[in-house]
Amino acid sequence: MSEAALQADASIYQQLVVERARRPLHAGTVEPADGAADGTNPLCGDTVHVTLRRDPGGRAVAVRHRTRGCAICAAAADLMAETVQGATRNEAEAVFGRFQRLLQDGETALDAETRRQLGLLNAFGELHGYRSRRKCAILPWSALLAAFKSGEDA
Amino acid sequence: MNALSSTTPDLSHLRADFPILSETIRGKPFVFLDSAASAQKPAVVIDAMTHTMRHQYANVHRGLHWMSERTSDAYEGVRDKVAALLNAASREEIVFTGSSTGAINLVAYSYGALLRPDQAVLISEMEHHANIVPWQMLRDRRGIELRVAPVDERGELDLGAMEALLADGRVGLVSITHMSNVLGTVTPAARIAELAHAAGALLLLDGSQAAVHRPVDVKAIGADFYVFTGHKLYGPTGIGVLWARHALLEAMPPFMGGGDMIGSVSFERSTWAEVPHKFEAGTPPIVEVIGLGAAIDYVQAIGMGTIQAHEAGLTEHALARLGAVEGLRVIGEARTRGGVISFTVDGAHAHDIATLLDRNGIAVRAGTHCAEPLMRRFGITSTARASFGIYTTTQEIDVLADTLDRIRSFLV
Repeated sequence: MSEAALQADASIYQQLVVERARRPLHAGTVEPADGAADGTNPLCGDTVHVTLRRDPGGRAVAVRHRTRGCAICAAAADLMAETVQGATRNEAEAVFGRFQRLLQDGETALDAETRRQLGLLNAFGELHGYRSRRKCAILPWSALLAAFKSGEDA
Repeated sequence: MNALSSTTPDLSHLRADFPILSETIRGKPFVFLDSAASAQKPAVVIDAMTHTMRHQYANVHRGLHWMSERTSDAYEGVRDKVAALLNAASREEIVFTGSSTGAINLVAYSYGALLRPDQAVLISEMEHHANIVPWQMLRDRRGIELRVAPVDERGELDLGAMEALLADGRVGLVSITHMSNVLGTVTPAARIAELAHAAGALLLLDGSQAAVHRPVDVKAIGADFYVFTGHKLYGPTGIGVLWARHALLEAMPPFMGGGDMIGSVSFERSTWAEVPHKFEAGTPPIVEVIGLGAAIDYVQAIGMGTIQAHEAGLTEHALARLGAVEGLRVIGEARTRGGVISFTVDGAHAHDIATLLDRNGIAVRAGTHCAEPLMRRFGITSTARASFGIYTTTQEIDVLADTLDRIRSFLV
């Protein structure tokens, strides 16, 4: 079995996912941050720490994550951080809503406009076939939304 | 490559006894390396249970009719089979429960009620949550102390530390696994019994894993309580066993109240049935008990010693093959161990490994294995675990090792 065959067998591990899990582009912490939160999956012990800083208009000008988790979780955190750069909390929530629909229903159930809006996040399209792994991709998002909220409450 | 020594029995003919093993997963042969979670069932167990429900079923112990008497005979006959499996002194020492967890909770509730608040229960760092949480609940209910014996870097029980924890004579019960579901470590049960008894404590052994992999002789060990579960021993779910010395069962109060566990009932007071029935309230898992009986007949016909030798050979082969996978670390290197191997792979998360193995038809478990404190002890969050049964072959272990090699080059 070649690596290509293995990859075909495991379509959730698209090249972009594996690359970002190996070498994240948005790992670390924002300092100083005006929003921070942790996400933890009690089933596997994976954790994602998200920090962000916003401009006066509420746009996240910097988002970083520190992830201890599986490849799906780590890549989801990195691609999330990239996707929501410049987004307000409401915009980030809208992206998360589309992302959840992608995981729930799969790419083929989404219209072309939604798929375009998902951009890099389409890399997780095959995850809808792996019910037990969807929570791995969602964990960073729950941390992100909590980080937005923590900043507003402060 | 075949690392099996000439002393390792070939049990591959047994695979034909397990209907599920001919299934394919996504077009690939089903490689089942998750027997420690729950074992597959041979046709004789499935047939015994369906035969019961089709031809010989009624409630036990109550009926005055032919069908109930025959069903009671079949049900009670399994008590003799379990007594023989464990070398118990008598059939009355065998209590049927719902699971190992049910059996430990029975002891924690019932024997726990006999402990004084100034006494302690001693467990170890490598216990399954089922042998931790019931004692925490007893502690919170009764005020006893819960002590934890450490595990060393090899994954063996630190007997010196255990002796020190027993030294003040306040430990009333030592409750320890007979074989770790994570590390594969087989604990020195007879030695632990000596240490416990010398300090005035009783010993409960959690045999959920051990009873599946090796002969168990509760008299030779000198244990006071022994628990195991049917579904890991190629039997059905929903049936567990508590063995305890007769005098203990006599002294212990009932766990649950209901029908079948009473001598007589009035609104003023009730009296209890003789042991073991005192601990079997309500209609028992009749079909499951009969299924367990068929499973015990099946493994006894093979021989627990033969099963142990087979798994020792598989484990040796697996440790050699997995040890050669780059970046793979086996958690636990106990000198006496059974066919359960937990491992991590540098740079690859256990869940990614399990998903990729699954895509290749290979079933392993990944996660904390209901042993979070042990994960912390070894500084890890989760492991992948391959575990073996009587139907496991060296070829399956080779498929696992080869696939892990490819997964690693893909993920890392």
